[in-house]
Amino acid sequence: MPNTLIDIKNLFKSYWRDSIEIPVLNDITLEVHDGEFLALMGPSGSGKTTLLNLIAGIDRPSKGSLTVSGTNIADLGESALAKWRSQHVGFVFQFYNLLPVLTAFENVELPLLLTSLSKAERKKHVELVLDVVGLGDRMHHYPKQLSGGQEQRVAIARAIVTDPTLLVADEPTGDLDKHSAEEILVLLDRLNQEFKKTIVMVTHDPRAAERATIQRHLDKGELS
Amino acid sequence: MRVLKLIFKNSLRHKLRTSLTILGLAIAVMAFGVLRTVLDMWNEGVEAAAANRLIARQAVSFIFPLPYSYRDKIAKIPGVETVSFANWFQGVYIDKNNFFARMAVDPETFFSVYPELLVNQKEFETFKQERNSCIVGAEIAKQYGFKIGDVIPIEGDIYPGKWEFVVRGIYQPRDKSTDATQMLFHWTYIDERIKQDMPGRAGQVGWYIIKIKDPAQAASISEQVDALFKNSPNATKTETERAFTQSFISGLNSLLQAMNFVSFIIIGIIMLVLGNTMIMSARERTREYAVLKTLGFSAGHLVGLILGESLLIAALGAGLGLLTTYPIVAGISAVMPKGFFPYFFVTPTTIILGASAALLVGFTASIFPIQRALRTRIVDGLRFLG
Repeated sequence: MPNTLIDIKNLFKSYWRDSIEIPVLNDITLEVHDGEFLALMGPSGSGKTTLLNLIAGIDRPSKGSLTVSGTNIADLGESALAKWRSQHVGFVFQFYNLLPVLTAFENVELPLLLTSLSKAERKKHVELVLDVVGLGDRMHHYPKQLSGGQEQRVAIARAIVTDPTLLVADEPTGDLDKHSAEEILVLLDRLNQEFKKTIVMVTHDPRAAERATIQRHLDKGELS
Repeated sequence: MRVLKLIFKNSLRHKLRTSLTILGLAIAVMAFGVLRTVLDMWNEGVEAAAANRLIARQAVSFIFPLPYSYRDKIAKIPGVETVSFANWFQGVYIDKNNFFARMAVDPETFFSVYPELLVNQKEFETFKQERNSCIVGAEIAKQYGFKIGDVIPIEGDIYPGKWEFVVRGIYQPRDKSTDATQMLFHWTYIDERIKQDMPGRAGQVGWYIIKIKDPAQAASISEQVDALFKNSPNATKTETERAFTQSFISGLNSLLQAMNFVSFIIIGIIMLVLGNTMIMSARERTREYAVLKTLGFSAGHLVGLILGESLLIAALGAGLGLLTTYPIVAGISAVMPKGFFPYFFVTPTTIILGASAALLVGFTASIFPIQRALRTRIVDGLRFLG
């Protein structure tokens, strides 16, 4: 039986708008094991991105327990949480979120600047992951010189370059055409199958969700 | 190193905006530098004043003369080392625009009370012997090409008539702050002719320069001088050279204060220009800052990125502004009549002030964008559509 990587118990999340409390997640309990590929599905506003943000440590729960890789991240302070994210989580966003002034190589290198790796070691890591995503020959291109699919592959390279425990992806194919989306899904599948990465992916695309080993649905803040 | 590169690349992201900001900063810093230079030059005369020199002038106004007979009375006061005197001659040399100080002085004492005017001994001896001779400052000698033996014609106004002076010496300034734009000639030469043409104005001097042995006695000696002539028709007002110079420029105080005020307004303008650019830049990068935070970059990293960019732009603007200050000041100096300011140059203090002001502005302009970047939650930043 694989280890539990994500352990969520009785998790609540709500936002305040003026004096009105808006509940988003309601009593979520979820376990994700090492090496699993979880697809979180649901209609817009169901709370799936909020749950993903909580798992990734970029938002805080209102109530409940949220343990990732043995750390109760709800208890971490801002700087400890930032450090934790840099070591344990890789992010893939819907709109890639690459820095336009940096080349593909420099974008992928960004997370490594927070490590103690030397310049030569960083170069080796970056070249390796760009090869994995099939962009070894485009490393000196700027984002505007790449297609959407290529930009997303650079973003995936940036997400895996630190060899994180967990990869989170928020609608990674949402902004791509069918062909590019398929390439990205194949790549994520490969990262899960070949490199044993645990992936939590938010999507509303059933074809994308089919790639996952587990599918869970969120509706009005409740998990089914 | 990569972070520095990112700062550099960020600052060049909108080349036109950054260039215009740098240009705006440069013009403001240059204007600041020129204004401070003018202010410095006004004040430099006060700073250059010697502590052991007193000036005695007519109590009512500087424009009224004092009797020559006061000289010996002043000299008898204990603590007085030398008494010299001078008259403002003015006149016109060829054209009214050829302005430089022309003064009738006592050749025997004037150069001893002003040791900062360095004159060759041989030239000085010749000057003393010839009544219609003069000594000119090195700067006007250079500007007008005066050489030893040349005759300088002056059309008199305060002292009407045509006057001619033979150049017998050229003095060098001892210090950078020494005025090297004066033309000095014999008081007796002027006075003798005045005795014939306007006897009522003969035997008068413009002001006395009193060299004292101990600067600590300046106040006491000043009081004694003024007490000597208290009830006479020509009462005196004696003060230190510094106080005299200050009172001389006091008429310009409002203008100087306005210039000082404007120079600080300029700093405020720089702040608004750079602050506006930084706020726009930081707003546009809200999502990028959120991404960096997501990747694990700390608040310190973001502060470094924003502050670094602000300081880089401020430094480039300040550098360009200060570099252009030199040719602008040189240009002003070239078209300004010689002697208006004894000298006119950019002081190191002005450079330090200009650079410090720009860096302070760079720092201040980054505060609001930093605050915004740090306060924005990651999830809000990622949703931001610039």
